Amino acid sequence: MATTERPQARTDASSLAFERPIRELEAKLAELEALALRTRLDISSEIEALRKQHRAAIESKYKDLSAWETVNVARHAERPVALDYIQTTLDDFVELCGDKYFADDQAIVCGLATMGERRFLLVAHRKGKTTKERIACNFGCAHPEGYRKALRKMKLAEKLGLPIVALINTPGAYPGIGAEERGQAAAIAENILAMMSIRTPIVCLVIGEGGSGGALGIGVGDRVLMMEYSYYSVISPEGCAAILWKDGERSPDAAEALKLTSRDLVKLGLIDGVVPEPLGGAHRAPTVAMDEVRRTILRELEALDGVPLDQLLAARRKKFRQMGVVPGRFPSA
Amino acid sequence: MSEAKDQAGAPDELTPKDLSETRFARFRKKKDMPGGLWLKCESCSAMIFRKELEERGRVCPTCEFHFTLPGKERIGMVLDEGSWVELFPEITSQDRLEFKDSSPYLEKVGKAVKRTGQNEALLCGTGKIQGRELVLIVLDFSFLGGSMGEVVGEKIALGVEVAIKRKLPVVMFTGSGGARMHEGVLSLMQMAKTCAALAELNDAGGFSICVMTHPTTGGVTASFASVCDITLAEPGALIGFAGPRVIATTLKQELPAGFQRAEFLLEKGQLDRIVKRHELRPMLSRLLDYASGPKAEPLAPGAAKSISFAR
Ligand SMILES: [Zn+2]
Repeated sequence: MATTERPQARTDASSLAFERPIRELEAKLAELEALALRTRLDISSEIEALRKQHRAAIESKYKDLSAWETVNVARHAERPVALDYIQTTLDDFVELCGDKYFADDQAIVCGLATMGERRFLLVAHRKGKTTKERIACNFGCAHPEGYRKALRKMKLAEKLGLPIVALINTPGAYPGIGAEERGQAAAIAENILAMMSIRTPIVCLVIGEGGSGGALGIGVGDRVLMMEYSYYSVISPEGCAAILWKDGERSPDAAEALKLTSRDLVKLGLIDGVVPEPLGGAHRAPTVAMDEVRRTILRELEALDGVPLDQLLAARRKKFRQMGVVPGRFPSA
Repeated sequence: MSEAKDQAGAPDELTPKDLSETRFARFRKKKDMPGGLWLKCESCSAMIFRKELEERGRVCPTCEFHFTLPGKERIGMVLDEGSWVELFPEITSQDRLEFKDSSPYLEKVGKAVKRTGQNEALLCGTGKIQGRELVLIVLDFSFLGGSMGEVVGEKIALGVEVAIKRKLPVVMFTGSGGARMHEGVLSLMQMAKTCAALAELNDAGGFSICVMTHPTTGGVTASFASVCDITLAEPGALIGFAGPRVIATTLKQELPAGFQRAEFLLEKGQLDRIVKRHELRPMLSRLLDYASGPKAEPLAPGAAKSISFAR
């Protein structure tokens, strides 16, 4: 099979192999800096040269990331996740739990949030950082109760006149027996439908993985943005490769074909904007990345401030109504 | 007659036998606290200096058991000092069904009035929490088990109507065995009456918070207490519809540890949060802030953030 042609696909996902040269330079740099500190040798020029080399390596690599590499950056273990954004970008946060039916799904976190002078409801997929956390929140794969919790809290936000900010980061909604029994598909559908009618501004931002319906279940908004190295896709590259190529090792090809990067989605007219990431990705400078997200959220909320709600909803529906319309082929275009 | 029997409407579930099996077993049938200086914790059996317990808002210094708090103490703990203005204190129970079991219903009510110094199980009024005005509704378990009859239902509806008229948020505290069976189906319909008032509040865009305290069961849980915008509970509170003994008897099996406790309910998606008694005032204050609109006072430079997860 094709495994010999594309040997490293699986390993790449975990180790970010394309970053290896960069990480080697980083290790060397750290070593030199420690040496300078320890011995008080003046090696500042060597360090400076190495820094330049390091920067150049990142620039050349990240200037032209492949779709598959982007997917791996989006999944990077050190990339900031919802809890980082909550701790870092918010000034006040009161988590609110429960769908009032079945369970409190930890794969989605909701809460009343304050950022500077803005109050809003935060809805976010939760991925843990430690193994224990990852298991507790099911690796960011929500069950129907997660989507129902999000909807309940979004209705509360609507009632209180608070806007909604959704941070999307999920490999996909959980595929399982219980999830199906409790209506996973219907829960996502209800959310998509309801979000078309929620009378308060909604800003959605894909911060990592935009995994299919699981992402869209909290992803309908007046502004839908993606971080530069996040992805948004109808299926995971692995899933697509397994189904269409009948070979999971062909994930890089699938990733390319799916057109799932932020640049692709802008070109397809499916998102409203891209939040730039620091050089070398958000995992390389989480604070810088999160600051940029904070500024973006404040700016977007400001822009939606005072837009009459009827107008807001009409524009929101129109935007999604027009997706996939090819000029000349459909009468509405 | 024993105090316990006197708590008409207090459900069967409040006996130690049922609860001692659970990991969270904290409730023992409440006896009137003897006048002594010391008393035994209902949960961990530690001897507590009575004054200390009262000073700590009736939270056990050893095991943090949240003792049932009399309504007036609750008001004192939650509201800004001197801000409480009681509304409708004069309304009292009638005995429209002329109900009599071991003693006439009104005799039971009379005893409760004498013991608590209040006319009914429900205290309703306006007050402030850190300067934010609100309607406060407290269902007091120490008055006939906090059972809901016509007066309780009426005062909740009246309180909610004040909130609508004055555009104030509503904060409720519940501690109740459920409907007051001495008022028959009239008490049942208080479930609908209270929800009718809350429907009006919702239509008017009002905001409501309910804090369920130990124990909240039956028709109270199955009506107004469960349909507020935000549902909070104190740690360890028993919250449910049917009492654990009824369920255990019906199923002929032991109930799982922690069954129907606040922690269990949080996991099952029934609560927004569990809040310790001493953290309720600041938490309510923050929640009321969010109900005041999308513009916040920015944090003063150097001021600490407050990030509160539920677990
Ligand atoms: Zn104790």
